[in-house]
Amino acid sequence: MGSRASRLLREEEIEEIKKETGFSHSQITRLYSRFTSLDKGENGTLSREDFQRIPELAINPLGDRIINAFFPEGYFVLVIFREDQVNFRGFMRTLAHFRPIEDNEKNKNPATEPLNSRTNKLLFAFRLYDLDRDDKISRDELLQVLRMMVGVNISDEQLGSIADRTIQEADTNGDSCISFNEFIKVLEKVDVEQKMSIRFLH
Amino acid sequence: MLRCGYALFWLLESVLLICVVSSVKGEAVVTREGSHLKLSESSHSNESQHGHSSNITGIPIISFKWHHVETPYLVAFWVLVSFLGKLVIEANHHVTSVIPESALLICFGFILGGMIWAADKVQTFRLTPTVFFFYLLPQVILDAGYHMPNKLFFTNLGGILVHAVIGTCWNAASLGLSLWGCQMGGAMGDLDIGLLQYLLFGSLMAAVDPVAVIAVFEQVHVNDVLFIMVFGESLLNDGVTVVLFNVFDAFVSLGGPKIDAAEIIKGIVSFFVVAFGGSLVGLVFGLLISLLTRCTKNIQIIEPGFIFVLGYLSYLTAEMLSLSAILSIVFCGMCCQKYINANMDENSVQTVRYAMKAFANGSETIIFVFLGISAIDKVIWVWNTGFILLTLLFVLVYRFIGVFFLTWILNRYRLVPLEFVDQVIMSYGGLRGAVAYGLAVMLDENKIKEKNLMVCTTLIVVYFTVILQGITMKPLVMWLKVKRAAVTEVSLLEKLTNKMFNHTLVAIEDISGQIGHNYMRSKWKYFEENWMSWILMKPSARKKQDQVFDVFHQLNLKDAMEYVTEGERRGSLEFVRNENSIIDFKKKSESESFDINNANMSNDHGAMSTTSRDPIPSVSLEMHEQIMKAVREAEAINAHHLLDQHLYKSRKQHRHRFSRSHFDINRDEKEVQEIFQRTMRNRMKSFTSAKMGVKPPKTIVKHTQKEQQQKMPNGKSMDKAKTSYSGDEGPNSVSFVHPAGIENPAFMPDLDPMDLLQIPPWLGESELDSSMVALSHRAQVDLPRTPSNLRRLAPLRISTRSTASFTLENIPDTQQMDSDQLQPPPPPPRPPRDDGYV
Repeated sequence: MGSRASRLLREEEIEEIKKETGFSHSQITRLYSRFTSLDKGENGTLSREDFQRIPELAINPLGDRIINAFFPEGYFVLVIFREDQVNFRGFMRTLAHFRPIEDNEKNKNPATEPLNSRTNKLLFAFRLYDLDRDDKISRDELLQVLRMMVGVNISDEQLGSIADRTIQEADTNGDSCISFNEFIKVLEKVDVEQKMSIRFLH
Repeated sequence: MLRCGYALFWLLESVLLICVVSSVKGEAVVTREGSHLKLSESSHSNESQHGHSSNITGIPIISFKWHHVETPYLVAFWVLVSFLGKLVIEANHHVTSVIPESALLICFGFILGGMIWAADKVQTFRLTPTVFFFYLLPQVILDAGYHMPNKLFFTNLGGILVHAVIGTCWNAASLGLSLWGCQMGGAMGDLDIGLLQYLLFGSLMAAVDPVAVIAVFEQVHVNDVLFIMVFGESLLNDGVTVVLFNVFDAFVSLGGPKIDAAEIIKGIVSFFVVAFGGSLVGLVFGLLISLLTRCTKNIQIIEPGFIFVLGYLSYLTAEMLSLSAILSIVFCGMCCQKYINANMDENSVQTVRYAMKAFANGSETIIFVFLGISAIDKVIWVWNTGFILLTLLFVLVYRFIGVFFLTWILNRYRLVPLEFVDQVIMSYGGLRGAVAYGLAVMLDENKIKEKNLMVCTTLIVVYFTVILQGITMKPLVMWLKVKRAAVTEVSLLEKLTNKMFNHTLVAIEDISGQIGHNYMRSKWKYFEENWMSWILMKPSARKKQDQVFDVFHQLNLKDAMEYVTEGERRGSLEFVRNENSIIDFKKKSESESFDINNANMSNDHGAMSTTSRDPIPSVSLEMHEQIMKAVREAEAINAHHLLDQHLYKSRKQHRHRFSRSHFDINRDEKEVQEIFQRTMRNRMKSFTSAKMGVKPPKTIVKHTQKEQQQKMPNGKSMDKAKTSYSGDEGPNSVSFVHPAGIENPAFMPDLDPMDLLQIPPWLGESELDSSMVALSHRAQVDLPRTPSNLRRLAPLRISTRSTASFTLENIPDTQQMDSDQLQPPPPPPRPPRDDGYV
């Protein structure tokens, strides 16, 4: 186990990741060193505990949700490791959602949509709400997120009516859930490309 | 039509103006200076006044004292004329959609100036630097700072600063040097201008003018990032301009040979001092305002005053310390906006917003009009084709070069690069305005021989940029397909998701192990929430701090407003109250206060007059406040929300069905029965309570009842009032609060599935009302105990549909019609529930 963690990233692996995620060579090596430093078990994969050790995540209201997003549960069919472990490929795949969209990527054919496309960015956000992965945000799921993000000064009842109203606003087909399409529609005018992108260091 | 009105206005205005001008002329030859119109020759006018008074032999009953009021009178008059000009311009929408308002105002100024000149033969009104910088500019900038989208501004701060500092220096240097080069090359004939003077001229021409930018970009809705880049630059480059101008002004005074390295270094140092010092002064004043509004709980009426006075003081303080005044007032506004909005009463916030806009808009108008008027002056028109054309060309070209070069550098570091079309608009949006003109006029004629040429050129550049570039801006934006600002309607999910994005980005930065923008922002937010808010915000306001909740609150407010409008249209807000009380009852929630507020609201609304028992004077204006208060109350929100859902859907579906003349569309047998039952129950209840209660002396009863009836068009409040009065109870008694809740519960199941029945609440209500009319008519026969009372009731119930058309005369037909149509079933037994409440 220890031997796997200490190995260096092979060139061909880097190439593959580069192709899949669009990160540059230097970004990949930098993120790999971050990955290994997070990997306290030194087994080449990250567990939930590894993530939870990051101190800042503990004070992030959505910390645990985001950690969850790193662990493929069902929607990534590629389950090499069981859902409590994520390898470097998976790690990079998740991070790739946050890569800013570059000019030359805009006109690519939609068949090979990159991970950092608008839809994928939105899908990532949608998954943060949608816990049970039924492609719908139900009232309960919304309420949970609201509880995490809204101050303690707001009572449960108020929160309930906020949730109701939120769903009512977005819900077009009247099933009192927010589907992904409805979600996209509401956020139509939001500059998701900018708001869901960070600058990865080179 | 419009054109006709336009022409008429013109005529009126010109007559007025000529009258005044000629009267002024006839009075005395007074030299007036500037719009502010100070009496520069006060001695002269004093003299004439003295002469005047000495001639008087007796006590005059009326004397014409023009000089006594001249200065303020002229100021007020000019403001009036400017506003009238704006009014006329705004009335012509087809013109303003093509030509921006600022350009039209300048043209209006040309015409006014021409008229004055024709009458006076000398241009006496001019925009003077003092007036401009001290009385007109501050409020425009304060408004800009106060309404600044802070997050957007700080996200793009890097880019804005680069453009504001380096861009402005580049503009100044390149323009000055190129003009000098051209003069050396002999392109401009014989001019007595040295290199330093060219640089001075360049520095005053360099700055993009915030007033002009706001005026033009407000009408062209470009995307947020582009707007903040141009607008932020125009605000921040003031610091640079002031420094450059002062430094070169000093250099010109010193003369070329005395300038050494030390002086230049001093100049560079002074830039930082001026810029940062100005910002710091602004921050201090901003914090002061925030702190002050924290303690104005008991004197809310002067809260708005603090903001304006302290804002102005921050401007003056910075000016006094020779720091950048514009930066100071911008930062003052930006710094305090969050805290004062949270600290102040909702009314004060509205007041500040409106007053700020009114002041800013007013001075903007005056500035542009006077820019136009200033043109009509023979003295300043010193024509030098080479100089003027070259300046225009260089201003435009160097702006493009500077923007493109700086953006090219910036784009390498920006997350989302600025596109080519954005850069074109940024360059093209480099409008010069009144700031440049003000600085040009401030030039010292003794040191700079060609001052008039410079003023003239500045004016031409201003006109060119504001009028020509302003007009072509919109077509250009359309043609280049620049991303426009999305017309966003706040939605909760959007807000929530935005917040989520922020958290996510911070988390991803943490995971990927880098300290970036979001990391800094999250740290700042943490600091701000834990320290700044704690110090600067009222504890109560701090608790309410939540963005998502805020949006929710806003949406509720908006809905409440819409209800009121809708209710006004219908003639009463009764439907709101009824719906609400049903829900309250169902929810068993204790939202009595909300109920009271709502009841008051409907009462006031229906009658528009003060009721004797109403603690709040019910001017229609107050309604707004009451709604706000009602909504603000935590428990009310819940009820209100339910109310929303309840009413909203049905309105959307059934708006078309409302018609005053056909209110019996879907009146079926079942409904009539329900309505009948309901009304009868009300009647019975009110009668029993009236019977059982201790009656006050007869005269008083009559009086109060009459009053109540007229004040409250809806039956419910009527009953309520009667209960409380006949029961000898005070206005605050429980029985006053409850009746609204009492009447409805029995019919709750009937009213609740409104949606199924396809009746909007108000339609349902109006039907109820009309049937009530019939009933009351009938009830007169059945229950003769208080016939007069019921006769009163009948017309008033009708009036719920429209208070405006309420007259006693037109009631009988409706009554007749309704009673003809109705076949009322026998009254049902009263539910036992009611008794407990009465």
